[in-house]
Amino acid sequence: MTGLDLAFAAVGVVAAASGLLAVTTRHVVHAALWLVVCLGSVAGCYLVLGAELVALVQVLVYVGAVVVLVLFALMLTRAPIGPRAEISTSRLHRALAAVLGAGVTVLLASVLLPLAHPVDRHETDTTVLSRELFGTWVWPFEVLSLLLLAALVAALAVSRVGARSGDVRDGAARAEAELRTARGDAS
Amino acid sequence: MIHLAGPYLLAAVLAGLGTYGVLARRNAVLVLIGVELVLNAATLLLVAVGASAGDRWAAGNVLTLFVITIAAAEVCVALAVVLAVFRLRGDVDLSEPRS
Repeated sequence: MTGLDLAFAAVGVVAAASGLLAVTTRHVVHAALWLVVCLGSVAGCYLVLGAELVALVQVLVYVGAVVVLVLFALMLTRAPIGPRAEISTSRLHRALAAVLGAGVTVLLASVLLPLAHPVDRHETDTTVLSRELFGTWVWPFEVLSLLLLAALVAALAVSRVGARSGDVRDGAARAEAELRTARGDAS
Repeated sequence: MIHLAGPYLLAAVLAGLGTYGVLARRNAVLVLIGVELVLNAATLLLVAVGASAGDRWAAGNVLTLFVITIAAAEVCVALAVVLAVFRLRGDVDLSEPRS
């Protein structure tokens, strides 16, 4: 057991624990915040594995952009504040999901762990990585920029669905009316 | 020296947690969080392979960057769909089909 193994174990335990909390917490917003911790510690794992640029991109794109998008979506869909049981499925369903999740873990671990062996950590420094990225991988890289453009346009087109058609029920107004009724019942 | 059992085990655990999250959540945005965990398990495997010597063309790291980019595009489109669903139905609950 070397220092790198210990460092990886430390960030790995944080990643697994925060991932568990992200999928089990009853607070909607807390799930997104635990996802930040999980993705951040996965970035730490990348650092321990010697992939510095990938760790930086993970922090920039995942923690910086994807989680902010998720938080925005939670706010725009009027996520409830406080613990809610109805964001998860029923107890039986969750037990089945836990069995399936454990099965996935056991399957992957039983396939992968026999392949594991101690290796000399091979650091990919940014110079080498960028030379490969803009040399060998330049066409996939360009196709990815097209994919991002297509995703942007598609997201714009999809998010205009409800706003354009006139015969659509106004869901947001209905949700507000339901909320008002619920508040009236409570008081 | 680093033993690859750690990254492999963490990838397996993250994939299992993500599967649980996809199956056990009713809020559509929280299902996406499960998908993110599965994607991170995949990228962790790629980086672990890149850390062992002998991957040509820095493939482990470059493919990880590609997967992160595709994940960003996927989240962008998925959240647009979630917002459209919210506008049409008033909630993003996946377990109650409505007409």
